[in-house]
Formats: sequence, C-alpha cells, structure tokens
Amino acid sequence: MATPPKLNLRFTWEAMLCVVLVMSLGLGRGLSAEFLGTANISNLLADFTEIALMALPMTLIIVAAEIDLSVASVMGMSSALMGVLWHMGLPMPLVVVLVLAAGVLAGLFNGLVIVRLGLPSLAITIGTLAMFRGFSYLLLGDQAIADFPANWTTFGISTVGESFLPQPFILVIIAAIGFTVLLQSTAFGRSLYAIGSNQTAAHFSGVDVARTKIKLFVLSGFMSALAGIIYTLRFSSARGDNGEGFELSVVAAVLFGGVSIFGGKGSLVGVLLSLLIIGVLKNALTLYDVSSEVLTIVTGLLLLSSVLVPNIAERLRAARIKRVMAAKAVAAR
Amino acid sequence: MSDQPLSPRLELRGASKAFGEVQALLNGCLALYPGEVHALLGENGAGKSTLVKILAGVHKPDTGTLVIDGVQRHFARPSDALEAGIAVIYQEPTLFADLSIAENIYMGRQPLDRLGRIRYDEMNRWTQEMLVSLGVSLKATQRVQGLSIADQQVVEIAKALSLNANVLIMDEPTAALSRPEVERLFAIAERLRTANVAILFITHRLEEVFRLTQRITIMRDGAAVYFAQTCEMDHDSIVARMVGRDLSTYYPKADVTPGEIGLSVRRLSRTGVFRDISFDVRQGEIVALSGLVGAGRSEVARAIFGVDPVDSGEVHVMGHKLKLGKPATAVRAGVALVPEDRRQQGLALDMPIARNTSLTVLNKLVRFGLISGKAERELASQWGSKLKLKAHTVDAPAGTLSGGNQQKVVLGKWLATHPRVLIIDEPTRGIDVGAKAEVYQTLADLVKEGMAVLMISSELPEVLGMADRVLVMHEGRITADIPRVEANEERIMAAALGQTDPASRKAA
Repeated sequence: MATPPKLNLRFTWEAMLCVVLVMSLGLGRGLSAEFLGTANISNLLADFTEIALMALPMTLIIVAAEIDLSVASVMGMSSALMGVLWHMGLPMPLVVVLVLAAGVLAGLFNGLVIVRLGLPSLAITIGTLAMFRGFSYLLLGDQAIADFPANWTTFGISTVGESFLPQPFILVIIAAIGFTVLLQSTAFGRSLYAIGSNQTAAHFSGVDVARTKIKLFVLSGFMSALAGIIYTLRFSSARGDNGEGFELSVVAAVLFGGVSIFGGKGSLVGVLLSLLIIGVLKNALTLYDVSSEVLTIVTGLLLLSSVLVPNIAERLRAARIKRVMAAKAVAAR
Repeated sequence: MSDQPLSPRLELRGASKAFGEVQALLNGCLALYPGEVHALLGENGAGKSTLVKILAGVHKPDTGTLVIDGVQRHFARPSDALEAGIAVIYQEPTLFADLSIAENIYMGRQPLDRLGRIRYDEMNRWTQEMLVSLGVSLKATQRVQGLSIADQQVVEIAKALSLNANVLIMDEPTAALSRPEVERLFAIAERLRTANVAILFITHRLEEVFRLTQRITIMRDGAAVYFAQTCEMDHDSIVARMVGRDLSTYYPKADVTPGEIGLSVRRLSRTGVFRDISFDVRQGEIVALSGLVGAGRSEVARAIFGVDPVDSGEVHVMGHKLKLGKPATAVRAGVALVPEDRRQQGLALDMPIARNTSLTVLNKLVRFGLISGKAERELASQWGSKLKLKAHTVDAPAGTLSGGNQQKVVLGKWLATHPRVLIIDEPTRGIDVGAKAEVYQTLADLVKEGMAVLMISSELPEVLGMADRVLVMHEGRITADIPRVEANEERIMAAALGQTDPASRKAA
C-alpha cells in the first residue's frame, strides 16, 4: 500500500502557467523597453491588487462548486459607503471598520439566502450583484468623494521603502499566504474540496455544509470590502461605479488558474500565477497602446483557453493510451 | 430449452476494450439463442458491464467480432444496436419523469396525423395493449414521475418491445426491487422467453440464476471463462468459477456474548415515513434491519445519524442522549453510517482515496491548525491494508476502484473515527463475491472488539448468515424482532409483508 512519494514530472496546469508567465514577461520586454523598469513593475502589481484580493476567496468558493458574482458590487458599495461615512465626520479607522463590517453583512446575506433557501448561488448573486450596486448609487448618486486624509491616500500609492513593491500589495501577499494555507492545509479547506466534488457525501461524512458555505460568502464579502477600501485610497475617489465589471476579471483569473467551474479541483498556486499572467499581459499591451477593447478580448481568450486546453490535452492523452492498450490486448491473447 | 435452436441470435467473439490504462475486457465471448434466458455472471470488474455496453453500441470494442443472425456487424452508436433488435434495460431506468408512459415509449417517433399533430389516442392504445400483454396494471397515460423503479423497468421493457427488440439485456434489474416486484419481473421474462426473445440476465443473486435462466456464461478478469447449462451447476460450483478459488467460510459468524447497550432507539417517528421505532443494539451484537425496499429502513438509519429529520423520539449512544439533526454530532458521539449508495453518499469519487478516508477525521489530523499530508496518507494506507484494499496508491481517485474496493474505502473512513456504533446500509450491494466475504470478515472482527452493529440488508442469506437478531420493518413500523436461532426466510418475509409476528412483539 505505502508508496514512496516520487517526483511527479507529468504535465500540470501550474507548470504550463509558469511557461506562459515567462513568455508573457518576454513579450512585455519585447514590446516596450520600460516594461521591466521599477516604476512599471510597481504599477503592474498595484493594478491587480483588488482583483487579487477578491480572487482569493472566489477560488475557495468555486472549489466548493459555488460562485459569488456580487463581489465587484460589494466592492463598489464599500467604496461609496466609505465616502459617505467619511463625510459624516467619522474618524478614518472607524470608517474602515464599519465598511469591513458592511462587507461581512453583505456576504452573510448572500450566504444565508443561498443556504437557507437552498438556491443556486449563481442566481442569487446575480440578484445581489444588481442590488448591492443599486445601494452604492443610492448612497452616493453620481457624485465622487475625493477628500480623504492624505496620510491614508499616500498608503494607496506609495511603495515599501525604495523598492518596487506597492504598499497595498503587502496585503495581497499576506492574504495570498493566508488563503493558500487555509485551502491546502486546514480541515476547512479540505472540506471545501469534498463539498465541491460531492456535496451529499460531504454531508454524510459529518461536514457542516451549510455553515461552511456561509463562512465562504462572509469571507468573500469581507475581502470585497477590503478591495473597495484599497481601490478608494489608491485613486483617492469614492464612487458608486467603482469596480464595475470586475467580477468577470475575478472569475476569469480563477478559472484560468485551473480551478474547475464544476468544483472540487484547483489550487491557489495556479490562481496566483494566472493573476500574474493577466496582470503582465494587460500591462504590456497597455504600454504598447493597445485599446481596452482588445484587452477585454484577451481576457476572454484566456478564459476560453482555460476550458479548452485541458480538454484537448485529455483527449490526446486518452487516444494515445487507447492505441497502446489495444496493442497490449492483442499481444496478451 | 428442450429444443435448442441451431444458430445463435447473437454471437460475440474475442472482444477487448481498454479505458485509459485499464483493460476492462480482454476476451469477451457470448452466444445468445432465441427463447433462452442466459445468465452473465462474474465478480464486479470481471468485464460484464463493458461487454454489455459493447452489445448496446455504447462502446466500440478495440478488437473482436460481433455476429447477429449470421451477419458480422459493427455498432458505431446505440441506435445501431437498437436497429439490430438489441435493447438494454439498465438498473436505473432513464425516463422523462414529466411525460406519460406512452409519451416515453414513443419519444421521437410519435404517430402523427396529416397535420403533423401527435395521435395521442393511437399512441395510448398501443401502449396500453403492450402493458396488458406484459401482464402489468399500469396506465399508458400515467406520468412516469412517482412510478417505482420496478414499474419504470417495465416501461423500459415495453419501449424495447415496441422497437421490435428480440434481444433484451437486463443489467442487474433486480438489485433495487422488492420480492413481489422481482416475481413480477420474472413472470414478464418468462412470457418474453416463450415468445422467442433472447434475454441476457445479469445479477449477483445466484438463487435468481437457478430460478430463471437456462444457460450461463461466467466471466473472470475480463474474459469469458466458463459456459454451461444452468441445470448442470450448483451454487458452489458457480461461485468457485467466478472467484477462481475456494471460498471457505462465507459467513464468519463470531460467537460473542453481547455486552452493554451501545445504541438505544426509543419511539422514533417521522410523519409518513416511520413511526414508533424502538430497539436496542448491544455491543458485540449484529442486529439486522430487514424488510422490503421502501419500508423505511434506510430512513431510520439516516434519522439516527442526523441526516434526515425526525418528529419525535430519542436515541441514546452508550447511555448518553444523542442530539439529533446533525451528522457531526452523531460522529462525535461515536456513531458511523456506511450509506447505501456509496457513489452518491459515501465517496467523493474524483478525490484521492487518502482524502476520502481522512474526511471524517480531519480535526484529528490537525497539528497547530494544519493538516499533515503524510499523516493523512498513513491513515489511508493503514486502513487500506487492514481492509485488504486493492489499490496501487492512496493518491488514486476513489472512482477508479471497483465497487468492492470503494466499499472498503467507505468502511475505512468510518472505522477511522473509532465508532462505538456502526450502522451499515446494504453492506454488500453490487460488490463481488470475494469482496463480500471480506466485508463479512471485517464485520465479524469488529463485533469481537465490541462494536454494536446495525445492519440494513435486503439480502436474506446475508441477514440469516450474519445477524444475532433480525428486526423486520413493514410500512414504517417494526413488525418482528426475531432472535438468530428462530430466524428463517419464511418468518422474515411474512413480517416484511405486514403480518405481525406474535412471538416477537413482547420482545420489542
């Protein structure tokens, strides 16, 4: 029974993503001389802070065979709420705490409706996507609030010391480590894979499926609110339409990272690589003056390839094995 | 059977088929004659299902020839097989629940009038005639929703006959049927046989083979190894050829003196499902919960375990009251449930064996909040070797295992919780003879160590062979409590059919 752990050199999605990342970096270097400059790398990293913060809990949710499409709306609502609370004269630390609490409540709402009513998260979070976005317009209308205290907004745009590392990116690193450990090596993370691959069996095994799912959506609400706060500080602007459409980028990053849309499969390492690739490609193409429409097309192509490439690879593999086995069967008789 | 026809309706020679790296079929051979019921026997993984799917046109064989009425054929798709008159009745019928029986039977080929409207009158009349000829009391206009599995099988058979099928393949049709339903199916099969239909009948129950079939083909390790007239064989000679070795003691009943009460159920009720269920299971005792499918046995088990709700009643485990309603609570109290449907309820088939095994004990594998992958694999290997699991590595997905080995993984994941009470629902459903014997041995060993076992089973030989006491349920109530020495097939069946067993009521 006991097999010694051996080095596995077979094709993995993560390995492929590493290759693609190197290629994208090469492409960036080829397209523009500024690409590898400190300032640009700093920009590149800062630019996907929010997407990354939301993609981390999204990975856990999709592994558990659910989805949260309301993340960008929670992010926008948090941004708007932040502006409103600041204008009411509350101190910044309190504003931050209240906004995070609102994010938790939004996630709790999603989770409770999905679990208690037993409805698909796809339908529910499309509803709350519209609802939370509506709240953010109710809070701020079409106005923008920009007069946040300077010591807070500089956090949004400065780097760590003299390095290329943007300060908000520290949060991404900490969260990425936290979520990786949570998913790969805790009982909670393990139960997510079980729920995603067979919810009934997980329930029969004593996993509290309902509570686990509520926790997931709460986590997602919290991280979306955090993304909203960072975004507001980075651009020093609270607006109702902040982050509109980000949910698509978040889901794209998770799926391109090799997480199965059907649940039960995927790793955060893959998602982090996929985030980097998307960040690098966007940045490189922007430097090359490629229009935002084309960027959207690139995102779409990545999403398609994340579904198509593993499928084609599996068919090729199956066809090859079949030929070998047919030959063996004939020989065995 | 007396006048053996000269040429077979269907003949398959030297068929092989591989899936990925698994050689599912190596040398599949079969000859089917009109007017016979032919048993196809073999352990799970012997290649029966693959052979059936080749005949059904679902799989294309890698090698081999298929001859139908003397003409060599190649099936590219299921419709080719249907055209050649071959129909398969699967264990779980796949019908459209919202449509009527007639609509299901004529799906895609409804009789039309000149304006292209469906001629319901004609369709319903034809269907009704067919149902009558099969001797069943179903209505053509009835919706399929709510029909029992047995009735749905009848609809599938009617559908096959309406397509002029003269080869019927039944893949474990009786596995989910109650006794009377099996009898009705046998009557239908007998009718069809006298109408010169060739029937291939797959089952794990040997008594059905002797009842119904005239000839048998036995498969082992992907090859057809033995052909015979059924009347030349007996139980032991068939089993020996299926497993390729001698089976010594099939039911290793351990002689254990029952100890403390492990599980105590008092007046457990759930409206419309079961009521007033009371019984005790002592440590070192196997209590069988017998009865027809649908009598509420699995529902009682699931209620004790907290998966299904209850309306009233109490459960005590080792003298402590169990709070019902959550499986996690039951697990902590020392209850384990090996569910009846291991693919749906027991395992996450895509997940590795190791991760399936650890799922019930994740909190025990945690050190400083983190799970050690090494400890997890050791746990799986340890239970794997204890239960004689046949797997190359514990990293393989559970779905790649045969039914018997999957059952061992489910058993392992529950024994890893070190339960005091083991509830096991259909312990050997759909698993091969060799694995069955190993499951029985495991149960016997557990009882010796003081486990209280509640075993739900539809297989009477298993109940009589393993249980210290037999509780029988009928329509949601316990109708008999029979000690081992007094238990026999007649008494259990009588109670299962609702006749109260006077001798046992006071005992319960």
